[in-house]
Amino acid sequence: MTTPPQFEIYFDGEPIPCRDGWTIGAALTAAGIRSWRTTRHRQRPRGLFCGIGVCFDCLVTVDGQPSLRACLTPARPGDEVRTQEGTGR
Amino acid sequence: MSADLVVAGAGIVGAACAYYAAREGLSVTVVDRGPIAGGTTGAGEGNILVSDKEPGPELDLALLSNREWRELAGLPLDGETFAAAVELEHKGGLVVASRQASLDGLGRLAAEQRSAGVQAVAVPARRLHDHEPHLAHDLAGGYLYPQDMQVQPMLAAAHLLRMARASGATVLPHEPVTGFLRDGERVTGVRTPRREIPAGAVLNATGTWAGELAALAGVPVPVAPRRGFVLVTEPLPPMIRRKVYFADYIADVASDSAALQTSAVVEGTKAGTVLIGASRERVGFDRAFSLPALRLLAAGALRLFPVLDGVAVLRAYRGFRPYCPDHLPVIGPDPRAPGLHHACGHEGAGIGLSLGTARLVTQALTGGTPDIDTRPFRPDRFGTEAAA
Amino acid sequence: MKSPVYDVAVVGAGPAGLAAALAAAESGVTVAIADAGVRPGGQYWRSPAPGAGAFRPHTLHHAWHRFTSADARLDELAAAGRVTRLAEHHVWSVERTEALWSAHCAVGAEPRRGDARRDVVIRARRLVLATGAYDRQLPFPGWDLPGVMTAGGAQALLKGQLVVAGATAVVAGTGPFLLPVAVGLARYGARVAAVAEANSPLAFARFPRAVLGASRKVGEAAEYAAALLRHRIPIRHRHVVIGAFGRDRLEGVRVARMGGDGRVLTGTERVIPCDVLAVGWGFTPQLELHLQLGCATRVDVDSSLVVRVDDDQRTSVEGVWAAGESTGVGGADLAFIEGELAGHAAAASLAAAPRRPAGALRKRRAALRAFAAAMHQVYPVPETLIDGCDDETIVCRCEEVTAGAIRHAVAELGATEPRTVKLLARPGMGWCQGRVCGFATACMTARAGRRPVGEADLRAFAERPIAAPIPLGLLATPPEP
Repeated sequence: MTTPPQFEIYFDGEPIPCRDGWTIGAALTAAGIRSWRTTRHRQRPRGLFCGIGVCFDCLVTVDGQPSLRACLTPARPGDEVRTQEGTGR
Repeated sequence: MSADLVVAGAGIVGAACAYYAAREGLSVTVVDRGPIAGGTTGAGEGNILVSDKEPGPELDLALLSNREWRELAGLPLDGETFAAAVELEHKGGLVVASRQASLDGLGRLAAEQRSAGVQAVAVPARRLHDHEPHLAHDLAGGYLYPQDMQVQPMLAAAHLLRMARASGATVLPHEPVTGFLRDGERVTGVRTPRREIPAGAVLNATGTWAGELAALAGVPVPVAPRRGFVLVTEPLPPMIRRKVYFADYIADVASDSAALQTSAVVEGTKAGTVLIGASRERVGFDRAFSLPALRLLAAGALRLFPVLDGVAVLRAYRGFRPYCPDHLPVIGPDPRAPGLHHACGHEGAGIGLSLGTARLVTQALTGGTPDIDTRPFRPDRFGTEAAA
Repeated sequence: MKSPVYDVAVVGAGPAGLAAALAAAESGVTVAIADAGVRPGGQYWRSPAPGAGAFRPHTLHHAWHRFTSADARLDELAAAGRVTRLAEHHVWSVERTEALWSAHCAVGAEPRRGDARRDVVIRARRLVLATGAYDRQLPFPGWDLPGVMTAGGAQALLKGQLVVAGATAVVAGTGPFLLPVAVGLARYGARVAAVAEANSPLAFARFPRAVLGASRKVGEAAEYAAALLRHRIPIRHRHVVIGAFGRDRLEGVRVARMGGDGRVLTGTERVIPCDVLAVGWGFTPQLELHLQLGCATRVDVDSSLVVRVDDDQRTSVEGVWAAGESTGVGGADLAFIEGELAGHAAAASLAAAPRRPAGALRKRRAALRAFAAAMHQVYPVPETLIDGCDDETIVCRCEEVTAGAIRHAVAELGATEPRTVKLLARPGMGWCQGRVCGFATACMTARAGRRPVGEADLRAFAERPIAAPIPLGLLATPPEP
């Protein structure tokens, strides 16, 4: 990477550096984070899988709204991203 | 291969009849043109209702069935109970009215139902949220029906067939009945592409195809399809406890109109999804989805539960209710073709009514006394115009 | 204001959709082209976010100039009012209303963010569906661990965000697509510990005519072979990943050699530590919209359900054309040609333009289709691997349905078809609606019945009357007239 990150988002309260146009999934992955959801039945961690909006494995809660696809959702400065448990509701 | 009873149709009604008959010691073979539970059974919500029925023969059958479901519920199965295996929930139904006039009508119906043996509890507007915390706030009131239940209908049919097999029955999917074996007037078995199966009796439990099968035996039974759609949401935490619907649903069920009707019916499931119905229209077997119908279902659900507004709809499915002109099922021996029995035409209530139907069918086969008056369900009640 | 009626609506802005929109617009008709993505190009020509960093197209792309020239020309046509480009439009339903097609769209990069209140409707006289495909998957123990990704997912993260999915990667599955994924990861800094390819390209020797007809493909393959060498990436043919392990994230994979019978050879297993596995078994075409309209389908050489088209890319439904992977997986070059033919044909059907001679395009399409058919036979998906899943292996990731639950539905509950399995055990009933587990569930059910996977098996997991999850409130609100 040649240019510095342009803004921050927050993951469970911790600041994460982010670039213009990155998805939340990209920002979390670039920060070394691999999972941001646990499943309903077995409480298993999940993160990016298909990366293109098909599999819905990367669901995450952003600014209180649950079950958004991290691989599609563009990061905006100050986004509060939270680990989602179960249905997220 | 021969049997005391050949059941044509491996849906919920055929499955229940096969189990009840096999349990009584009859040798049973079930055949189906497709997979098990491949028709209406897998396309509904799993209703076991008394609340939506006006006093009369169908309500009598519903009450009989209700007792049977309660009895089967505690049966041990796979280290748990039948109820657990088929997701049978004694959740109760809550019928609500948006206006006072409609609530008054509901009150009159509830009074009549009570005298027929239905439990119905008036719930004033200010108490509705004790039962359903997320219900809309502008409703006039409603009635709670504690006897209403819900089941996962595919699991119910599959387990009933499995229990029938455990009692000695044979199940042959993908094997349609192509003709009947006859001895004069008498039906003495069925023919399939693979074999002939001589039988003491043949039961027509083929749902929306029951008219076609009956025609093969030369007897008219006027069963026609009535299309319905259901919407399914994303999985949610438990937030809708009962089966909740608007009072106008009862009028829609009883209606003879062919045009599209929708009335809001909303309920949660064990899987966490919320099911949203119900639409009715007579369009033959047209499998196309109708966006206007789906939109009306969504709008109706939001009138009951505004909280669902941002919830995602994941899918929709469609089914065809096997419907008779007088809205009553066809149950019992057919005097026009001795040896042929029917258990069909349950419209949208087949899941719930299946067990009571199985009881009546088995009683007829074994010479027992029927629990309720079966004359209103007679196969030959339609007269000659039924052939159309 | 009443929304406009276009002559042609194109769904999808990948190679096929871009070519179709361009061809139709150049024929003189008005065109709308809609795509769910933020930027055009589809999966193949996915371009990076503006702030992601310095982007050198040749490091991740082939034939990039074809994209940029098509994209630039579409911009010119858009400026002239002949093309309307609609990004971030997720088409969730198409229907016929009188003589027009209506495509209902939920709008936004992730349209449920902020709960879009009303869908946008694209109305058009003709419809071209160029909806593309996504990675096909086979379940294996541990495949739900974070760090296991689809090959296309790792590639998308790289192409679209310039983010490398991990430090040490294994790339696995089958097909030529694995090579650009491995090379891309290596070029952007990952150590690629191995490529496990279940098949062997030596089998191309059986199809000399098909290979000769697509010489550019041979050139590409040679470039990738050289790049693998340069990056010291070992490629292990006839090897498969049989398990992934790690506590809460991927720590390594178990790789083994596959015998001629499609089964893993005992004693050949070894462990490769890695923090990302990019895996893919070919592609599954996206057919929701075609099936909503009732388009006839068939099973292609690669066991995928695809839409039937005629020589003009016309589907069985009058007024609807299809191009690209949804008519048979064959890659971007083929998709582009099919798109061009579909766009021309759709425009010509409006009598707006004389039909251009398309003989050369058809010839080229035939050659590329022959190559695709050969490729599918060289890189078959080894369904036998599913038998190696123990009962605890997750098959449906959304509803966490295990292989054991699916086997129970078949063996104990009497299911004979995938649809019955779905309704009894819930694979395919969750958020993704069977997009990921549909093929595996269909295979498991068919294999249990000792029969090949058929069209009906695949359709059971391909029909989605609502093609993308939408808020109930949006569905409840009729669109603007």
